[in-house]
Amino acid sequence: MEAVAALTLAVLVTCGVYLVLRARTYPVVLGLSLLSYAVNLFLFFTGRLVTGAPPLAGAATPTADPLPQALVLTAIVIGFGMTAFVVILALRARGELGNDHVDGKGDGQ
Amino acid sequence: MNHWLIAPLVLPLVAGMLSLLLVARPGLQRALSVGATAGLLPVTLLLLCFAGSGEFGVYPLGNWPAPFGIVLVLDRLTALMLLLTAVLALLVLLHAVNGDDRRGRDFHVLFQLQLLGINGAFLTGDLFNLFVFFEILLIASYGLALHGGGAERTRASLHYVVLNLIGSALFLIAVGTLYAAAGTLNMADLAVKVAAAPPESAALLRAAALLLLAVFGLKAALLPLHLWLPALYGHATAPVAALFAIMTKVGVYAILRSYTLIFPADGAGSDVGHWLLPLALLTLAAGAVGVLGSHRLRVLIAYLVVVSVGTLLAGIGLFNVGGISAALYYLPHTTLVSAGLFLLADLIARQRGIHGDDFVIGPPLAQPTRLGVLFFLGAVAAAGLPPLSGFIGKLLLLQAVAPAQAAWLWTIVLTGSLVGLIALSRAGSRIFWKTAGDRAVAGHAPLTLFMPAALLLAMSVAMTLLAAPAIRYTEATAAQLLAPQQYINAVLGAQP
Repeated sequence: MEAVAALTLAVLVTCGVYLVLRARTYPVVLGLSLLSYAVNLFLFFTGRLVTGAPPLAGAATPTADPLPQALVLTAIVIGFGMTAFVVILALRARGELGNDHVDGKGDGQ
Repeated sequence: MNHWLIAPLVLPLVAGMLSLLLVARPGLQRALSVGATAGLLPVTLLLLCFAGSGEFGVYPLGNWPAPFGIVLVLDRLTALMLLLTAVLALLVLLHAVNGDDRRGRDFHVLFQLQLLGINGAFLTGDLFNLFVFFEILLIASYGLALHGGGAERTRASLHYVVLNLIGSALFLIAVGTLYAAAGTLNMADLAVKVAAAPPESAALLRAAALLLLAVFGLKAALLPLHLWLPALYGHATAPVAALFAIMTKVGVYAILRSYTLIFPADGAGSDVGHWLLPLALLTLAAGAVGVLGSHRLRVLIAYLVVVSVGTLLAGIGLFNVGGISAALYYLPHTTLVSAGLFLLADLIARQRGIHGDDFVIGPPLAQPTRLGVLFFLGAVAAAGLPPLSGFIGKLLLLQAVAPAQAAWLWTIVLTGSLVGLIALSRAGSRIFWKTAGDRAVAGHAPLTLFMPAALLLAMSVAMTLLAAPAIRYTEATAAQLLAPQQYINAVLGAQP
């Protein structure tokens, strides 16, 4: 299971970084979303990969750690809001700069 | 006493929410915003008096004891930063209410939420909570950076937002790594767990420490992550740029806190201990080159902010009482003076018509004497000439360095000052003396528009007059930071 988890993260981060380095805003926004998915999964995995264990320390071992889930929830909410904002900002930049390039310079300029 | 500790968060939060309801009543919204910001001043002064005695204020949120719940912690450093924020915010807001706040609908809401984020980042004693407050201040700053609109602002903001979203992702990765390796996110508890970490988790902790440096370095504009700053600050509306003068200092604060408490430079943070000083000096040099090359006054001041970040982090990078104390004396000085210069640049640009603050031959100013005196004062303070506080701060820094590192630090800091002096005198002579044509129609600035900029720059004079008590305070702060055991005992021993 660890190998699958690590591979998933690796693929998500690789695609995210590749897209973030693109010149147009839409791929960049997609890349940022992929990065935030990867980060959320990563946070989730920091509680270690255990299945069917109670979320409290005590008699039973092993236990599942409930704290990363709380962290992930916060991170998801913030990531969602940020993605919405950056989409609107990209649209506004498209309107004001006249093209969708991140540096604001279109093909002909 | 205890509940005053959360007032710097509650006040801007409530004011921000109420301002949102008062969008239809701009006059009332303005009064509320000014009132709440002015209210921060006595509160933070009270907190400074409390922390000045060397005591720690610990405020467990929800009354959960320290390693389990989130705590707010007040020590000398936090109290100093809170007071600085309150002074800066009030003066900047007094400038903004002359009309700049009406250029977008939600200025006051965003302004208050930005204060909430900044104060929260200074107060929190929990690493994940620090992330949350960073996000609050960032979201508000995205809105403020766009305040006033325009293509240049949109372009600079887009870069700023994308960079900071990547920064936030890195922050979460660092936090997750730390949690996986140490099993806690309370800063005091982390300090204990990191110091006692088994050797097999040392690599993870090193990676997390360096990731955090990248994240905080992005906020502080540490080389090579400083390139977003000049465009953003150079194009933002004047009061926004002036408020943003504190934003880089949030990054500096986070670096100072993390690498004295969680990863002390002589222990788990030895990588950062080695890297911080060279990076800071390179930032200073890069900023100085930018200062020389800028062709607009506001971009020049933005590069001066980069130079000041380099100077501050060089002081912190020494990791001794003298260096940190010098940085902490220089920090309020540079924040207030660069904010004052941003406001002054706005006043100058208003009287030059279409030429704005470009270094081109423009019409003579309507009020050359007043603006000239203020610019001279600001330039002397920013370049670090005697007798003003910039000189004292740099002198303290030069005194604090050990002989082995002195050659590099003295050369770069002194050359940086000289370059700043040349660029500022060139800027001043272009704007005030090389003029042609008739005076711009734009009339005299009223006194209410002058006062905030003048008061911000006058703070440098005040800091010079009060240098002895200020340095006593910063030395005590530096000593407190370098003995983190007190902080740990105060937080982990605190009974709710």
